[in-house]
Amino acid sequence: MRDLFGVVMLFGVYSLLTAILFMDLDAVDVAFTEAAVGAGVTTVLLLSSLRLTRRWEAPPRHNPLVSLLVVGVTGAALVYATLDAPLLGDPSAPVHKHVAPHYLQLAAEEVGMPNIVTAVLASYRGYDTFGETLVIFTAGLAVLLLLGFPEARKSRVASSAIGDQVVLKVVVKLLIPLILLYALYVQFHGDFGAGGGFQAGVIFATGLILYDMVFGGAVARGVIPASWLPRLAALGVLIYGGVGLISMLAGKPFLDYSALSTDPVRGQHLGVLLVELGVGITVFSIVLSIFHALSGRKPQS
Amino acid sequence: MSLLIEWAGALFLLAGGFLCITGGVGLLRMPDFFSRVHAAGVTETLAAPLLLFGLMLQMEWSLELVKVLMILVFVLATNPTATQAMARATLTGGQKPLVDCTREKEGESSSNS
Repeated sequence: MRDLFGVVMLFGVYSLLTAILFMDLDAVDVAFTEAAVGAGVTTVLLLSSLRLTRRWEAPPRHNPLVSLLVVGVTGAALVYATLDAPLLGDPSAPVHKHVAPHYLQLAAEEVGMPNIVTAVLASYRGYDTFGETLVIFTAGLAVLLLLGFPEARKSRVASSAIGDQVVLKVVVKLLIPLILLYALYVQFHGDFGAGGGFQAGVIFATGLILYDMVFGGAVARGVIPASWLPRLAALGVLIYGGVGLISMLAGKPFLDYSALSTDPVRGQHLGVLLVELGVGITVFSIVLSIFHALSGRKPQS
Repeated sequence: MSLLIEWAGALFLLAGGFLCITGGVGLLRMPDFFSRVHAAGVTETLAAPLLLFGLMLQMEWSLELVKVLMILVFVLATNPTATQAMARATLTGGQKPLVDCTREKEGESSSNS
């Protein structure tokens, strides 16, 4: 398939199918992330980068049989490896014996939130999530360094990328408040239902990307100036790390939220809320500034 | 009364399923892009809300019902807009609709170029 536009579309369909598969495995939070990040915003980012390059892939110089051989051997090795893996849902699998029973039995008392996924992600595995947030921050900075900070380009056209679309403008104007409201709901309701900072940040950024695409970049810049975005991204990481430092100052280990309040469970709640907020702000500003960096450049002729 | 609602729900589900099939057939068999988008648009605009409404009639009165209603409103707002935007983008991109069936060959060759 040489048409890269079709490849991007197929990739989006694949992501959506994967999200349904995760949903079927009862991994609601993962399905939510996959649908928001994989099917939603990645498609938009890939399409914007496609606009900068070319739509058609150059014919390959090597023999396609070689790639087929490599893919076949790798796939066969992976299939061979699954023979040793325990069956899906096997209760005696090592992964269900180690820390999972502790989380499932004690998360309600220790962290005190109904969604155990959020408890594990933000509290028990706070270090990992901090690392992920830092990875997103670093990746976003790398993209911005490669493409150039969008605030440096003043000569961007004021009209929108897809022309003047009356119907789209009306409907999008009605939908954007709902999208942003839903993002805030996902952000602050993550303790109780599916969702959290990653999904909320992406959904919030998607709302603003929609605004940018339909109404033009100049209008969308008025909402959140592009120069704020890198600072907001750093602010999110600072909130996350700051919560960890506060708990260290209180004499507990790094990112032990029970130090934040006299009641340990309340402290956990507050800590998870703040940490998710940091994640959300970082993800939102990184996604939006990558989109700005891609859409702000003129395509090469 | 409940039997009536259940039958009405089944009727809506059947009608939605039928429109899904006709939309799929139209998507495969229609001659040019715009009539295909029209067939797909029927599926998106009418079949999906019909299916959701049929599901609502089959459900108990609960929070899930309100959620399905919200999905219904969202689908009704977004899907026709997406179809319209797609058709308009194609028109702006230079693809002309196939007006006369006798000129089908001409339309085919222009769509390939």
